[in-house]
Amino acid sequence: MTARTDPWSPTPTRILRVRRETRDTFTVELEGQNRAFEPGQFNMLYLFGIGEVPVSISGDPGNPDVLVHTIRAVGTTTLAMKRQAKRGSALGVRGPFGSAWPVRAAEGDDLLIMAGGLGLAPLRPVMYHALRHRQRFGRVTLLYGARSPEDLLFRSEHGRWARKDCVVEVTVDRAGPNWVGRVGVVPALVDVTPLDPARTTAMLCGPEVMMRFSVRTLEARGLAHERIFVSMERSMKCAVGFCGHCQFGPTFVCKDGPVLRLDRIARLFGKREI
Amino acid sequence: MENEGVVLSREGFAALLRALREDGYRLVGPTVRDGAIVYDTIGGIADLPEGWTEVQERGRYRLERRTDRALFGFAVGPESFKRSFFAPTVSLWRARRKDGSFVVLDRAAEMPRVALIGARACDLHAIAIQDRVLLEGPAVDPSYAARRRGAFVVALNCGTAGGTCFCVSMGTGPKAASGFDLALTELFDGEDHRFLVQVASPEGAAILARVPHGEAQKTDLEAAERVVQNTASQMGRSLDTTGIKELLYRNLDHPRWDDVADRCLACANCTLVCPTCFCSTVEDVTDLDGEHAERVQRWDSCFTLDHSYVHGGSVRPSTKSRYRQWLTHKLASWIDQFGTSGCVGCGRCVTWCPVGIDITEEVAAIRSTEKG
Ligand SMILES: Cc1cc2nc3c(=O)[nH]c(=O)nc-3n(C[C@H](O)[C@H](O)[C@H](O)COP(=O)(O)OP(=O)(O)OC[C@H]3O[C@@H](n4cnc5c(N)ncnc54)[C@H](O)[C@@H]3O)c2cc1C
Ligand code: SF4
Ligand code: SF4
Repeated sequence: MTARTDPWSPTPTRILRVRRETRDTFTVELEGQNRAFEPGQFNMLYLFGIGEVPVSISGDPGNPDVLVHTIRAVGTTTLAMKRQAKRGSALGVRGPFGSAWPVRAAEGDDLLIMAGGLGLAPLRPVMYHALRHRQRFGRVTLLYGARSPEDLLFRSEHGRWARKDCVVEVTVDRAGPNWVGRVGVVPALVDVTPLDPARTTAMLCGPEVMMRFSVRTLEARGLAHERIFVSMERSMKCAVGFCGHCQFGPTFVCKDGPVLRLDRIARLFGKREI
Repeated sequence: MENEGVVLSREGFAALLRALREDGYRLVGPTVRDGAIVYDTIGGIADLPEGWTEVQERGRYRLERRTDRALFGFAVGPESFKRSFFAPTVSLWRARRKDGSFVVLDRAAEMPRVALIGARACDLHAIAIQDRVLLEGPAVDPSYAARRRGAFVVALNCGTAGGTCFCVSMGTGPKAASGFDLALTELFDGEDHRFLVQVASPEGAAILARVPHGEAQKTDLEAAERVVQNTASQMGRSLDTTGIKELLYRNLDHPRWDDVADRCLACANCTLVCPTCFCSTVEDVTDLDGEHAERVQRWDSCFTLDHSYVHGGSVRPSTKSRYRQWLTHKLASWIDQFGTSGCVGCGRCVTWCPVGIDITEEVAAIRSTEKG
């Protein structure tokens, strides 16, 4: 059995650059090695001897030279990655895995992109894709929220996106006196957004409470479940359907997801402890 | 290839096991150890549980003497053949640091071929189910594939049903239907002890040709048929599977889950003995100087808190949600995932639950008290 056919075996991949995003979040750019990916997919990233974790690809699907991941340091592996990941060192990569945001099926539609916190990372490839092919879509709207202004990701890009005919609405849970933007939760931004339920595709990623409340406001505006896509997060050890950890009812989040069409999981979505 | 119609004497059966060993197979079959019949490496028929049977009830298992010299006069012990292919601990790969990066060292994937001796119909269905998960999905598990490849299977049509068996309800037994090279039915005629053999593969026919055997008589075939019919009529349990997926999907909030959660210890025994449970976890380790790393895979269970752990806590913190996950996965979502039930009716989870929780009774309770 060679390393290439073994789905468990990580490919050592050089780090080209590490960039600090916020106090706990950083972005790692790895050699692309011509790994094509679809917006919404993820890789398993392995830090030598420490551990392996699923991380979404946050880079540009149109640029296969770099493989970009934005990571929040929260526990054993990700904290060690924050300390040890440096230009010239390496991470193990397995992937890309999982389902993608429906960027092709949504052509001709308005895109409503809703992200909470780190949820913007797996949605940034959609922004890159939509802005590169801007004429293929109607209105493109990003509703993004974070805990505080300091936690906002990719701030320098928001202006660039807005200049390319995209509406970017940003909100924070709480802020100091210097913040002139909105304070509040992401679902509330739906109320200030024009929405045509007949031609909108919504893509949601963030904490499950944020997605739950966002779905409710979208339902209230008449958006059908077939037009709402969510990205789920579950424990995963293998990413190919062996380990059983990521099950959400009949769904294996690793291979059937992480991007799931809401009508397919509506029976369980928002139910506790599934 | 020979058809249904070969008879092996006890000596002929012993010769069959010898022939398999000569061909390089490691024989894995039932043997008595620590008061239970387990599957382990065996040398020949002397290691089989001759003259033993067991009494099984919820939370109870006891070996007992039989009055005859049957080699397979029992139902199923705590272990299935699961560990022969899906090993409890596997080294997935090793790696060594190199120039700020690392290299993954190829591991030897050649495994000695195994011959399963006395595999029951339920366990053969369980193997087919694990094949679907680990071999036939979008990805192939190399370690499972290496162990599974080239395995020889001697099935055994059950002559005794255990007190917790319900394969008839699950449509999986007691007669082996597929997944074997040879299938045996153990027959007694006074002191005459012999096996009717059904040949199902060229490999099976080839090996049988090398051991002394005889033609089966019509009476042998009839006797073998009576054996399985008799076993089918002795099932210790039954489970009504009518619309079971919808039943369970409809009842995720049934009060019975609270009731069973009060009894369940979340000890994970049921998942360890279950021949279809396939959950695993991994552990990344290094040697002392940090130059070599290894990833080890181990059996895991949905009854542990870690199983659903994501940063901030477990998705299923309560025992209720974990029991519900286990049972609804086995009997409902498995059907959506893999096209069959995840339960083959072997009864092991019932026998080996320390507090005697019975999957058939839990489903029956939900069915009989469903609202609306
Ligand atoms: C499909 C998917 C995409 C993800 N994308 C990103 C991303 O782009 N950026 C990012 O920072 N994080 C992402 N995560 C979450 C990230 O995987 C976890 O933060 C990470 O596993 C935490 O590991 P740890 O060892 O640092 O933390 P610990 O708390 O020490 O975790 C111990 C173990 O629990 C498991 N675990 C803990 N938290 C999670 C979690 N949230 N999800 C899955 N398993 C977990 C892991 O197996 C981990 O090894 C994603 C998760 C999934 C499932
Ligand atoms: S759920 Fe219980 S009865 Fe069914 S296959 Fe597993 S151990 Fe056997
Ligand atoms: S059902 Fe029984 S065997 Fe399974 S976890 Fe609960 S107490 Fe243990």
